[in-house]
Amino acid sequence: MELPLVLLIGLLTAVATWLMLSRNLIRLLLGFAVLGNAVNLAIFVSGRLTRDAPPLVPLDAETITGAFANPLPQALVLTAIVIGFGLLAFALVLAWVAYERLGTVRTDEMRVAEPPEEKA
Amino acid sequence: MLTVVLAPFFAALAAPWLVRRLDRRASFVLALVPVAIFAWTLSRLDAFAAGLTDVTPWVPGLDVALAFRLDGLSGLFVLLISGIGTLVVLYAGGYLAGHPMLGRFFVFLMLFMGAMLGLVLADDLIALFVFWELTSLASYLLVGFQSEKPAARRAALQALLITGTGGLALLAGLILAAIAGGSWRLSDLVLAGEAIRGHGLYLPAMGLIVLGSFTKSAQWPFHSWLPGAMQAPTPVSAYLHSATMVKAGVYLLARLDPAFGGTAAWTTTLLVIGGITMLAGLVLALLETDLKLVLAWTTVSALGALVFLIGPATEDSARAAMAFLLTHALYKGALFMAAGNVDHEAGTRDLRDLSGLVRAMPITFAATAVSSASMAGFPLSLGWVSKAITKAAAIEAGGFVPVAVVTFATLLLVAIAGVVAIEPFLGRKSEAAKEAHEAPPSMLVGPLALASLSLLFGLFPDLVSDAVLAPAASAVAGVPLAVEAKVIKPFDWTLGLTLVAFAAGAALYVLWQRRAELWRDRLEPVLSRGPDAGYDHALVGLARLAAWQTRLWQPGLLHRYTAATFAVIVVATLAALFRGDLRLAFPLDGLRLIEIAVMALTAAAAIVAAIATTRLLAVTALGMVGIGVALIFMLFGAPDLAITQFMVETLVVVLLALVLVRLPGFRLSATADRPRALHAAIAGATGLLVIVLLLGVLAEPFDSRLSEWFARTSVPEAFGHNIVNVILVDFRAIDTLGEIIVVFAAALAGLAAIAARATRRGAR
Repeated sequence: MELPLVLLIGLLTAVATWLMLSRNLIRLLLGFAVLGNAVNLAIFVSGRLTRDAPPLVPLDAETITGAFANPLPQALVLTAIVIGFGLLAFALVLAWVAYERLGTVRTDEMRVAEPPEEKA
Repeated sequence: MLTVVLAPFFAALAAPWLVRRLDRRASFVLALVPVAIFAWTLSRLDAFAAGLTDVTPWVPGLDVALAFRLDGLSGLFVLLISGIGTLVVLYAGGYLAGHPMLGRFFVFLMLFMGAMLGLVLADDLIALFVFWELTSLASYLLVGFQSEKPAARRAALQALLITGTGGLALLAGLILAAIAGGSWRLSDLVLAGEAIRGHGLYLPAMGLIVLGSFTKSAQWPFHSWLPGAMQAPTPVSAYLHSATMVKAGVYLLARLDPAFGGTAAWTTTLLVIGGITMLAGLVLALLETDLKLVLAWTTVSALGALVFLIGPATEDSARAAMAFLLTHALYKGALFMAAGNVDHEAGTRDLRDLSGLVRAMPITFAATAVSSASMAGFPLSLGWVSKAITKAAAIEAGGFVPVAVVTFATLLLVAIAGVVAIEPFLGRKSEAAKEAHEAPPSMLVGPLALASLSLLFGLFPDLVSDAVLAPAASAVAGVPLAVEAKVIKPFDWTLGLTLVAFAAGAALYVLWQRRAELWRDRLEPVLSRGPDAGYDHALVGLARLAAWQTRLWQPGLLHRYTAATFAVIVVATLAALFRGDLRLAFPLDGLRLIEIAVMALTAAAAIVAAIATTRLLAVTALGMVGIGVALIFMLFGAPDLAITQFMVETLVVVLLALVLVRLPGFRLSATADRPRALHAAIAGATGLLVIVLLLGVLAEPFDSRLSEWFARTSVPEAFGHNIVNVILVDFRAIDTLGEIIVVFAAALAGLAAIAARATRRGAR
């Protein structure tokens, strides 16, 4: 049952790459957000999928019985979601400040660090 | 022997201090170093034939040692380096008297001396290479000594680039030779000739070593740096660029002759290139008007002759090469110093302004006359002896062509000897000659001593033939050889040829006197397109190439960097994947409608996000993707993830909305995504790569040990029933702490950026 999810992850990655290749800083950031989602899902699916069985030990039991969802990728993804959010928030602020300073959101017009070569 | 090599380096360290204390008299103290080395070498003369080895570990882990070996060949070179070195140090004391940078000059000169001694004594290939490069470096510093002159800087750089490039080839060649010969020691390689010549790496090794030697010894077409190097002060020209450094290539070829010589490739390469260099150098020498450049071109020619003589790898040619090596070092060193005297005292080196100096500078003239006679190969000089040996080799080589080449070279050399010895000194006194007077004693010792030796060894060849030349020739040939001094057969048929050559040379000189200007003008357009111009073109081309590829790889455009990064990821990963055996799984069982619906919705939202043209639509689509992901988490047993994803997604949308309203409109300009096709291809390939990777992961057996361990220990050890939560706050608590710190830092940084923005606005 993983196949459709894998295909979706591929699509999300492609969309993210497409957006990140744009010269528009905002689209680049949107791509960044989508890529985060794709990567999280990839980690999730690598731990295999289990339906409707959260990794919870019943209150009256010492250990879990029967099939249960893999808790390890969940823990990793949980961390990743939060960190990804922090990163995106910071990047957004940077984009905003950059726009105020440079007056553009196009990356090909932001040439302070690497100025275009003057024609000889 | 290590002491011998290191002594000049220590002298180099002391040189500035000595010059500060003693001024130009420091040269007397510094000259003691080469004198001591010269004396030491003479005292070891008996050991030349057998060879003397001295090994000091250097990098034992890599089997690199400071291994030195004194035998006939290196002994001859050490005698030349230290003997001429002594005279040059003394000469420089007079030539550069009062120069503000005299201390620096002696540092460079002693540095070179040490490097050159190390080069000819080294038995270890790596040590040889290090010293080889050190001589190039010292040459760079010495040629560029008058760094205020642009021409000197260009010449220094040219010499460094050409010999440095050759040095790289040499390094590769030496490594290949070591692989082929199975040893890093020259003394082993020389004995392993059969194995090396039969090895598959023979040709590349030989080609690279020959290339390195040719650049160092200024063979056509790499010769152009040597005349340029005449920008150096004259003592340097006399020392590096005639007597010693330029012969390093010749030395290496002679040294490796027993290992590499004897094959058609070796012989042909050396004969052809050496022959071209020899004859071209002589013709170009005749065309020069600068005394020093005339000598420089004859040096090029002499180096060609040496390569030419090493080529056949016969016993006769080994003898001839060593005899000519000594002869050339003696007469050329003297001629350069004499030319320096003329330049120094008459104020010019231009032959057109020089004439009638003999009255003013009789001693310099005497030294020049004797040395020129040796150069031309007149009787009673060492040149006569070495020419006789050379001719014997040419006859042995059997053929009309070698004899003709030698005769033709003699003819041209006679004419050049006239240009060097007669033109500046005899005849009517020129303007420059009226002011001139004899050079100080320190500048006469060198030329006089070398000229006397040319004469002495010419009269009594036995003085050098057995003791020095025979062991040297033996080392070159690889078998013990004797050098008979009495090779001159007075009424040999070649004598007639020699006499004809002398007469024709004299006639050429007389004719040349009248016709020189005409020919110079006529040949100017041809000569200006030689290898020297090629060097300039190559340099410009290299700079253009560098600029072009820098523009290509570093255009300063983010989307290009991103595209390159993704492209490399895709190509490199795919290449790695398809080299192993890649298995893919296609797990597709029991799908439920709701799962399909959620995934389809997410996919649709993602596509909308990719093509959205308004801010609102893009943010909404992004939000929908996030919600879709949260729903997927929910469906597959991850409620914690779903809750977090919902929260974060909400916050992201809020943040995006907050920031986006402050940014300009989102309407896509036509160029924002260009080149569209390429970007779409890269994006599609990246997506496909991820799909392939994940299907490959799913095909592997799943290792659930860690997950089961968490499930088993969660309640008994951590007293938590939500296993994910237990992992986060207990088993991997430090990780979570790190995560919190990251988010906190991001918040602080974001706040700081906004605060700075507010301050700026306030300041305005």
